[in-house]
Amino acid sequence: MTLDRRAVVAELLRDTAETPGGELLVVTGLGSATYDAGAAGDRPENFYLWGAMGGAAMIGLGLALAQPDRRILVVTGDGEALMGMGALSTIAAKRPPNLSIAVLDNAQFGETGHQSSHTGLGTDLAAVAAGCGWLATTTVTAMADIPALRIRLRHEALFAVIRISPAEVPRFLPIRDGARLTTRFRDALGLPID
Amino acid sequence: MTETTWQDGVYAALKAAGVRQIGYVPDAGHARLIERAHADNDMAAVVLTTEEEGIALSAGAYLGGQRTALLMQSSGVGNCINMLSLPINCRMPFFTIVTMRGEWGEFNPWQVPMGSATETVLTAAGVHVRRAERADEVVDLVAASARFAFDSCIPVAVLLSQKLIGAKVWVK
Repeated sequence: MTLDRRAVVAELLRDTAETPGGELLVVTGLGSATYDAGAAGDRPENFYLWGAMGGAAMIGLGLALAQPDRRILVVTGDGEALMGMGALSTIAAKRPPNLSIAVLDNAQFGETGHQSSHTGLGTDLAAVAAGCGWLATTTVTAMADIPALRIRLRHEALFAVIRISPAEVPRFLPIRDGARLTTRFRDALGLPID
Repeated sequence: MTETTWQDGVYAALKAAGVRQIGYVPDAGHARLIERAHADNDMAAVVLTTEEEGIALSAGAYLGGQRTALLMQSSGVGNCINMLSLPINCRMPFFTIVTMRGEWGEFNPWQVPMGSATETVLTAAGVHVRRAERADEVVDLVAASARFAFDSCIPVAVLLSQKLIGAKVWVK
């Protein structure tokens, strides 16, 4: 578990234009996943959560159903994924072919003092997703496997757990005004003002 | 027959409002809408494990240019509170139709606390609440409330009273 989260996310979000259907649409779970995605380079197709814990995967589902020709990637942490574990069942029941989830798993609640999370105490989220009916799941532990994972996440409906180091990284704080994030995301999709 | 008529009217109002996704936690009072949604090729019907999933679903749909309705029972409103920060912070529409329990001929006391608190809790969380008591007002009220939510880009809940739905009949 030595993978550096910033290096992992920078690789996953590299060359986002090289995605079937156009720019990859990214939803990030609150806390470090949001900071990691912002640090990888801010872009209007990134929708950063700063709250709504447990909601990232379901935002991904609503978006995937609304934009069937685009690819959606949810990047979140183990704590956020655990709070929304039922969503893994809900998404599997719907089987959107254009939605993937990458969980950055450091087995800790990093934001609140590094308390052990359930993934450090026995829960295997990839096994949970498989049990919920996800047909493709994987657990990645080596940096050398991240480039191949980047490709799979943009071509399959894949649930991936990436074991990362719990080491602290410098804070990077992207935009937190939800209305602004929403407007620029919809603008990037060419949607009209409602 | 009367019940079927107004419920089909509600479904037509959702269609007219441009709703393309319906998230739901089943309730007997929503059974007809759920059936209609599943039978409609132009509607994504999404069964949820818990009600707050529907708020996040609605937010994602809006980011992608679609409108959503969440169908739930009053007991599910309590599950939604923190997730309501999402449409409120992001200035997104959110529309839900809530069937009420615990207020009219209720047999099950476990439905009473959340049923009694539903309107207060939604209002406190920043949701605009409208309430239908009679079959002859429900379709117009849903249509107007959906327009209110989507056109003004705000969270709106329509409560369908237990008197309107009919109290669940328990047979020993």
